[in-house]
Amino acid sequence: MRRVAVVVFPGSNCDADTLDAAHAAGSDAYYVWHRDTDLRQADAVILPGGFSYGDYLRSGAIARFSPVMQAVAAHARAGGEVLGVCNGFQILCEAGLLPGALMRNARLKFLSRPVRVRVEATDTPFTRAYERGEELTVPIAHGDGRYVADAETAALLEAGGQVVWRYTGENPNGSTNDIAGVCSAGRNVVGIMPHPERRNARVLGGEDGARVFFSLEARNATQHAGDMRAVDGRHLRV
Amino acid sequence: MPRASLLDPQGQAVQHALHALGFTSVGAVRAGKHLVVELQAASREEAAARARAMCDRFLANPVTEDYLVAVETA
Repeated sequence: MRRVAVVVFPGSNCDADTLDAAHAAGSDAYYVWHRDTDLRQADAVILPGGFSYGDYLRSGAIARFSPVMQAVAAHARAGGEVLGVCNGFQILCEAGLLPGALMRNARLKFLSRPVRVRVEATDTPFTRAYERGEELTVPIAHGDGRYVADAETAALLEAGGQVVWRYTGENPNGSTNDIAGVCSAGRNVVGIMPHPERRNARVLGGEDGARVFFSLEARNATQHAGDMRAVDGRHLRV
Repeated sequence: MPRASLLDPQGQAVQHALHALGFTSVGAVRAGKHLVVELQAASREEAAARARAMCDRFLANPVTEDYLVAVETA
């Protein structure tokens, strides 16, 4: 059982679903308020979706200065596992813990519906329970979901296998290279726009998101993923 | 202001609306933010330097935005 801290910012609204999804996967999950500076010995930290600080100035721009973010950055720098979902992804980009940024959807509309994504990297703490190339149905709910990175950064992400999830079929927001999620060069920090916590049980329409949370508990799978990486030569940047 | 190299759908929508209103001479439109920050400073240079520090650290995202600082005295 891993200790999973779900950070709550003013305006977070997926915190309860995220906590439930982590509990359902068997984790010892608990909330950490954004003013706290102690992650209480978390193994993994999740920044949930929502609209922290009303998305004022830019999505995630104010939350990234919340007191808890110093502890999150220290946890990430020490190799700790960090996941940002939707607004959490935006906060991680604003904080510089992930490259790139998230801008207004290309068609200017807030989109709330299921989309198809392909799992591109399984050597991250949050995707190790998936198969590479597997296609999933997961919901998006965002107005600022267009991932952008300059050409050089995008090329580095592709070369380093740092694209974790990619929209397939249709790109809902106009993101660079159809990117739906990325990870850090160290692979321990992951950001995704779709909401796996909203698709982790049959009663919610499907279970495609559940393994994001099961991945955290799947310690044996890590070793396996490590072996696969070595064969692939993709672990060089780890 | 969103970087010139990035898609600015808001600016495009405004451009289309201007064309529809008959302002056909309008070329590209980019839509950004205008923030008015009041502060006390000994000189215009000092005020500008502080405003640039605010932009670099917080007010602008260097990945997506460029900024311009203009100082007015009260």
